[in-house]
Amino acid sequence: MSRQRRDEAYDVVVVGGGPAGVAAATAAAESGKRVGLIDESPWLGGQIWRGEAERPHSEKARRWLKRLEAAGVTVRVGVSVVGGDGAGWLVAEDRRGAWRIGYEALILATGARDRFLPFPGWTAPHVMGVGGLQTLVKSGWPVAGKRVAIVGSGPLLWALAEGVTAAGGVVVVLAEQASWESVRRFGAGLIRYPAKLVQAIGLRARLAGVPYWCGWWPAVTRSEGDWAVVTVTDGTSRRELKCDLVAFGFGLVPNLELARLLGCGTRDEPGWEGVEVGLDQETGLSGVYAAGEATGVKGAEAALVEGRVAGYAAAGRRAEAEALYGLRDRWRRFGAMLAQAFALRAELKTLADDDTIVCRCEDVTYGRLRTWRTAREAKLMTRCGMGPCQGRVCGAACRFLWSWEPDRVRPPATVARLETLMELGTGGNGG
Amino acid sequence: MRVRVNGTEVEVSAGMVVAVAVARAGRLWSRRSVIQEPRGPLCGIGVCYECRVTINGQAHQRGCLVACQEGMEIEADE
Ligand SMILES: Cc1cc2nc3c(=O)[nH]c(=O)nc-3n(C[C@H](O)[C@@H](O)[C@H](O)COP(=O)(O)OP(=O)(O)OC[C@H]3O[C@@H](n4cnc5c(N)ncnc54)[C@H](O)[C@@H]3O)c2cc1C
Ligand code: FES
Repeated sequence: MSRQRRDEAYDVVVVGGGPAGVAAATAAAESGKRVGLIDESPWLGGQIWRGEAERPHSEKARRWLKRLEAAGVTVRVGVSVVGGDGAGWLVAEDRRGAWRIGYEALILATGARDRFLPFPGWTAPHVMGVGGLQTLVKSGWPVAGKRVAIVGSGPLLWALAEGVTAAGGVVVVLAEQASWESVRRFGAGLIRYPAKLVQAIGLRARLAGVPYWCGWWPAVTRSEGDWAVVTVTDGTSRRELKCDLVAFGFGLVPNLELARLLGCGTRDEPGWEGVEVGLDQETGLSGVYAAGEATGVKGAEAALVEGRVAGYAAAGRRAEAEALYGLRDRWRRFGAMLAQAFALRAELKTLADDDTIVCRCEDVTYGRLRTWRTAREAKLMTRCGMGPCQGRVCGAACRFLWSWEPDRVRPPATVARLETLMELGTGGNGG
Repeated sequence: MRVRVNGTEVEVSAGMVVAVAVARAGRLWSRRSVIQEPRGPLCGIGVCYECRVTINGQAHQRGCLVACQEGMEIEADE
């Protein structure tokens, strides 16, 4: 594979094809810029709009994807951005090889992932992420006739309950770690977001048969013959549920590795993580912007409006960007409401026992990790975080459990092939 | 369209990723971990690497990020 032949360059490059990235790319392209949009999944749409390209459900998604196309954005899917110099070059990779992508302005719209907190049994194949299962169900994962227990925290639990039900599965429980009081207060706050309120009421009505337990969280899961069993607790009592699959996730964590690698500043307090941005979504690095869940988890509406602001700002259209600040504030307040309502309870720090695996890549247990003081120490002594996921799964857990600072991100931002490493070795401007 | 998972033919459609084909072949897991535990997809979006399989001879591919194509040969750990 000749690298030179594949190198490409744009005025504006957007990494991530979810609502934030699609809106950003569209705004920049409609402003006359040559725009490249890159996403590592096989289809555009990011998490919420996954599958919309083949089987459209959402009118909003359809409109945005059409507008993106009309704006003449060059789309690269199945391509991971694994590194860059923060000053004009990214390194991209697909199954055939690696190449460089040049930009004048860069917009990071890398989205978020499930936050996993280890509990006994969580590495068994019948346990999947809440977002993970949701995404796979949208792609045709077989849940028809299956009993699914959904445990963890946040509104994504409800999105999954709907996804599973629509695909013919049965949700045996939806256990939310936040208290009733907290969830009720969140519900009351929705009065300021009428569209969300209507959505929530509709969802609750459609899923009236689903037991919704607030103030309950997972204690342990195991297999028993053909069944999986998950035990949930409210801190005093325990209940066992028989199921086929357990979906769990404690809210979302933004994907910050690429931003960190490029040198953008980030916030790291659990629940409030994100790339630091200024008023116009620009990071501390000149010409590098961030938008959507990457700047802090706050839902798809905020992602869309932040994407538009970033796209206009990157194209130099300050007035168009500024006109959206009011709308953006509104959805950011919604995000803050979410973070507050679904804040993680301290009991979740005590789920794992000494034999519970924390780092799934290297199979490092809680017992081996808890004696270290920093992520760096633990990594050197146990290989925790050294496997292919590079600490993306265990890092957020260790941060929550022991307040470990994320270790310095080494290039590449995802596991890459040797030739990509060589590409990075040539530096940003090597020929 | 059809793909094969460890030799077994599975009917899949456009829009399905390889991890879904593995599940439709009746398997919840795709690889064995360092201590030989069976592991299957967790994050669904390319983050955790638990869905790794061999696709058309290419090892360590994330099954959740690759779209199924007619005749694909997928190999999961035994
Ligand atoms: C697994 C999952 C499933 C979800 N499902 C739903 C749902 O069904 N309903 C709902 O309301 N909300 C859902 N959410 C919440 C979601 O975060 C939405 O709020 C919304 O999709 C956020 O939009 P975004 O553009 O910020 O990010 P996303 O939609 O997450 O898009 C980010 C995109 O960036 C790409 N990307 C990241 N890093 C790189 C890289 N280095 N190189 C190339 N591409 C990269 C990813 O592949 C992804 O497509 C889900 C979240 C997760 C994590
Ligand atoms: S399921 Fe996590 S990388 Fe595929």
